[in-house]
Amino acid sequence: MSILKKLSLSVSAVAMMASAAAAEISDGIVKIGVLTDMSATYSDVAGQGTVVAAQMAIDEFNGTVAGAPIELVTADHQNKADIAANKAREWGDTQQVDAFAELVTTSVALAVFEVAKQQNKIALVSGAASSPLTSDACIPTGLHWTYNTRALAVGTGSAVVKEGGDTWFFLTADYAFGEALQADVTRVVEAEGGKVLGAAKHPFPASDFSSFVLQAQASGAKVVGLANAGGDTINAIKAANEFGLVAAGQKIAGLLVFLSDVHALGLETAQGLQMTVSFYWDMNDETRAWSQKFFDQTGKMPTGVQAGTYSSVLQYLKAIDATGSDDTDTVLAKMREMPVNDMFATNGILRSDGRMVHDMFLAEVKSPAESTGPWDYLKIVRTIPGEEAYGPLSESNCPTK
Amino acid sequence: MLTDLLGIPPQVLFGQLMLGLINGAFYAVLSLGLAVIFGLLNIVNFAHGAFYMLGAFATIFITQYLGIGYWGALIVAPLVVGAFGAVIEYFLLRRLTGVDHLYGLLLTFGLALVIEGTFVKMFGASGVPYPVPEQLAGGVNLGFMFLPWYRAWVVVASVAICIATWLLFERTKIGAYLRAGTENPKLLQAFGVNVPLLTTLAYGYGVALAAFAGVLVAPITQVSPLMGSNLIIVVFAVVVIGGMGSIMGAVVTGLAMGVIEGLTRVFWPEASATVIFMVMAIVLVLRPAGLFGKTA
Repeated sequence: MSILKKLSLSVSAVAMMASAAAAEISDGIVKIGVLTDMSATYSDVAGQGTVVAAQMAIDEFNGTVAGAPIELVTADHQNKADIAANKAREWGDTQQVDAFAELVTTSVALAVFEVAKQQNKIALVSGAASSPLTSDACIPTGLHWTYNTRALAVGTGSAVVKEGGDTWFFLTADYAFGEALQADVTRVVEAEGGKVLGAAKHPFPASDFSSFVLQAQASGAKVVGLANAGGDTINAIKAANEFGLVAAGQKIAGLLVFLSDVHALGLETAQGLQMTVSFYWDMNDETRAWSQKFFDQTGKMPTGVQAGTYSSVLQYLKAIDATGSDDTDTVLAKMREMPVNDMFATNGILRSDGRMVHDMFLAEVKSPAESTGPWDYLKIVRTIPGEEAYGPLSESNCPTK
Repeated sequence: MLTDLLGIPPQVLFGQLMLGLINGAFYAVLSLGLAVIFGLLNIVNFAHGAFYMLGAFATIFITQYLGIGYWGALIVAPLVVGAFGAVIEYFLLRRLTGVDHLYGLLLTFGLALVIEGTFVKMFGASGVPYPVPEQLAGGVNLGFMFLPWYRAWVVVASVAICIATWLLFERTKIGAYLRAGTENPKLLQAFGVNVPLLTTLAYGYGVALAAFAGVLVAPITQVSPLMGSNLIIVVFAVVVIGGMGSIMGAVVTGLAMGVIEGLTRVFWPEASATVIFMVMAIVLVLRPAGLFGKTA
């Protein structure tokens, strides 16, 4: 055999192997759709930052995985379930999108779950928080990454009760997430021997919280739990300060507070607030390096939702890289098999109910004197082991677990 | 006591009524601006919420860069935002005179989206905090509730501006010109009055009222780009209930709707976001021109 012939044979063999690998990638492209709130209440918590975070995961693969290019598409769901479901369906049906990512707002995540189930596509939930997403409302291809209401309840709820806050009144956002958060915290408070005196449901989103604060004052509860998020939490805390709720001896427990909220409130107002976080930029060299890169592109330090979006997309791409396929079941199996190790999570485990179990952190907002500069907002008080935060798998009501 | 009968402690009821009155004061100032604009220009001003937001942001800028604080902003912010409104009237809205109302609505709605979108891009949706002015910090315990001094000031300032506006339109020569301009602009022009200038000023004044409400609200809620869009629909409902274009109607209905909303929060909190629209539906069925509107 001449050298030339040998060469051409080996070249064609390599080519065949490459095309065999690419053939495992449907349509020859890996397409990830980030569906998030780009313009409303949750756009600072999630929003454009999650798009940047997803792109950072893609960049780690230099834009190709298993021989196929990776493409990122994005859309603004405006926190509306119908818009989200229509977009997801369109992406899945006509634009070869393989996985939906981020999905802040529980009602949005639930609607996209329905589409993902029909289309057998992977849904990587980061921003939505309700624990039913991996329990009663779970789907086989739905993965819940960053946190959930149970973990938030275990973190902040039990810390507050242990400090003597044994009677509670809730200000609850009137939709699925608020209800889930209130239910999870109620469970923790009662298990620790505390008592829930009542709750006021407020419209989502709301700007004037004075009347709800007044109801909380009238309840006489030691702790006012804010079962809401984003702009609602900010305005509720402001109204509570204005109406002298804290000065009169009641304590505010923000049950889902983000770094962006602390930034918007300012340390003067937010200091001393306890919060449960999945991620903080200033924890180790790895988180600092990643966050600095994120900051360079966005001008803000990342929230947990944004860091979690990065981690979920990265794990998805790692699984495609390892299996050479973007087939939903193959990728899912591999994602579960590999522990999640990146700057967001250490030895995270992806459970069969879709829950990604990783450590959470109880943090406290620094006082202006303690803070050394912009974005130096939190001190980590306690690490909550993943198992404690998310509970055992047996607790989940997911039928396909 | 009636309150005991319904199982509601009196302090909760009085507290909510008080808050309703405070919110009503905001509704009154905002719907007053809308009523002035609709009454005189026949424009359904959907950019009103955006101007309200601009007023709040102007307060922050003025405090930061001019150093004249809240009290200075209370005067300067409405002037600046009002002037911006006048420019918009002169260059954009004027071109829509004589065409269907819908065009004005679409133009102002588009403007609102552009202004709000720009601010979201620049400041993020969470917004910026603004402190309560020192002189009005703290509050007084009324027995049934803790009333922050600032909220009391809001009611006083709102009622004062409403009365001033009513006097301006009903008791001054310029007010008479404006009212005549709505009835028959051509005739008024023939008498040598500069009607286009009057219209521009009227729009600017309506916008300044929105900005005034924005300054008042800045220390209360987070100053955020979307603060106006959350409120504008409610304020429109107030104007419709009061009768489009009726100044007295806007003020009275604004205060009344605040109180009704407050009451609903006591008895059926979940409905508090929709009660104003229920009232609107009922009023539209029984009195299509609104409570204070002139039936054609």
